[in-house]
Amino acid sequence: MDRFAYILRRLVQAVPVVLGVTVLCFFMIHLVPGDPARTMLGVHATPKKIALLHHEWGLDRSLPAQYELFMKRLVHGNLGESLFYNVSAWSLISGRLPVTLWLIGYGTLLSILIAIPLAVLAASRKDGARDQVVRAVPLVGLGFPPFWLGIMLLLAFGLHLGRLFPVGGYGTGVTGHLHAMFLPALTVALGIAPILIRSLRASLLQVLESDYITTARSKGISETRVLLRHALRNAVVSTVSVLGVNIGFLVGGTVIIEQVFALPGIGQLMLNSILQRDFPVVQGVTLVFGIMVVFVYLATDILHSLLDPRVRFD
Amino acid sequence: MTIAVAEGIADALATEHRSGFRRRWYRTPAFVAGILIVGTVIAVAIAAPLLTSYSPNQQDLNHVLQGPSSKHWLGTDQLGRDEFSRLLYGARVDLRVAFLAVLFPFCLGTFLGCIAGYYGRFLDTIIMRLVDIVVAFPFYVLIIALVFVLGPGARSIYIAITLVGWVSYARIIRGEILVAKRQEYVLAAQAAGFRDLRIIARHLLPNVITQAIVFAMSDIVLDILAIVTLGYLGLGIQPPTPDWGGMIADGQAFLTTKWELSTIPGVAVILTALGLSLIGDGLADLLRPE
Repeated sequence: MDRFAYILRRLVQAVPVVLGVTVLCFFMIHLVPGDPARTMLGVHATPKKIALLHHEWGLDRSLPAQYELFMKRLVHGNLGESLFYNVSAWSLISGRLPVTLWLIGYGTLLSILIAIPLAVLAASRKDGARDQVVRAVPLVGLGFPPFWLGIMLLLAFGLHLGRLFPVGGYGTGVTGHLHAMFLPALTVALGIAPILIRSLRASLLQVLESDYITTARSKGISETRVLLRHALRNAVVSTVSVLGVNIGFLVGGTVIIEQVFALPGIGQLMLNSILQRDFPVVQGVTLVFGIMVVFVYLATDILHSLLDPRVRFD
Repeated sequence: MTIAVAEGIADALATEHRSGFRRRWYRTPAFVAGILIVGTVIAVAIAAPLLTSYSPNQQDLNHVLQGPSSKHWLGTDQLGRDEFSRLLYGARVDLRVAFLAVLFPFCLGTFLGCIAGYYGRFLDTIIMRLVDIVVAFPFYVLIIALVFVLGPGARSIYIAITLVGWVSYARIIRGEILVAKRQEYVLAAQAAGFRDLRIIARHLLPNVITQAIVFAMSDIVLDILAIVTLGYLGLGIQPPTPDWGGMIADGQAFLTTKWELSTIPGVAVILTALGLSLIGDGLADLLRPE
């Protein structure tokens, strides 16, 4: 099977998953105990308002008809009407999506910048003092509640230590974003970095034992050059996969971090909508996150196949 | 004869892990350190009424936001409640919810993983497609969305974590069963005409459950973080019941003046998580076949 066919097959495989994601989001409304419309509108809702919402959400139809209606609206980009803002849920989400995408991208970049040097440091002398210290990082780091870490960074760099970074907002222009979103992105990065360090160190150690590294060493190439030019290149490929597999964890973390740093992204929109019992927006954000992650998995697989010629396409 | 041999091999494989474990557990520093940390946290949580004379919900509005003193070791919060008491009683609540929350997905995932791995075909396809769909959602997004629709509280936490968490156990157990079901002792048991349920429960499960147990230790860490995060967002354990996440959220408003209100419960979470991770790492070392 050639690369093109492999990419095509991965695309086709993603279709049922995306459909499944829509089914799960569709069923969310049926998990609400009691009458969902009454629960969302509160105790003071009039029977007329409840009946109207029943009709709008299709709750007065059969289950397959409800899903059909849900999908028909979805393909037209209609995620329903916000109960709180009285505008379309998609317009609310699309307006805030860039902030979340910035946070995800920036966080991913910082996590790579943190993980690569530490992993190289650890792998350069296996079981040495540096290696032991770096190996302890994931053990401790994975137990940090992401929101707490954000609060601590705010306390340290936002309120003390010369108030280096703003405590909220996301700035204007690229430099503004980079400065204002540094602390939230760092929090996102520190959440995922322990996993990256662990896997990058393991794959570096594995690569360092391979024949081509022995050949490189026997040619008298310096250890630093062997590590950085020969070993790292191959080890990074597996890191792309690890990053892809864990992107769901990273993306999920942004929801809470946006709340801590008051960033107007879709995570904060989701949490605010929960407080306002605005079901269509919560459902819409969940759907967007789900579909986004499916595409990131897909992109990672394709990128991996392009970077690593050893990937088998069968 | 065949039956005896099959059962003998299966039992030997299962006890091999256990006897090795008994011989070596105290020589694994990570495991011992983890047991000490988690044991201390559990002991302190159980002994909470003996260690503090204050009720975690007892308000004293004349003494709000006090610093640490001999009366209130960690000071008081915005309602004059003793922080030390809330920390100890919070450990009781969070640990209980976390341990229970890991049990349900463990059982559901193991059950579905066994079915998918043993029977294969369309049952496997259906279960694994379900896994793909659940995995597509970011962990926190799905948990938060589910707790929102189910309503806040411990019951919703259990349901949400079970609906999201079973996938990892199902994947692990399915993978292990796919390998184990081709082993001779299973083929012998099948040839002897044992019922599927007996083969799965008595022969396969004792040999494949180890990996799921090791994973459960790191899963508890994730569950504690999820419970604390939900508490922080106001979707988890509801006030006035003490919960570490709720304590961090309450303290955030006083970050500039009383930084310790948010910091100390966070340190408690990290310490507990570190203990559980160490136990998980130690278990992985101990249960790895030599």
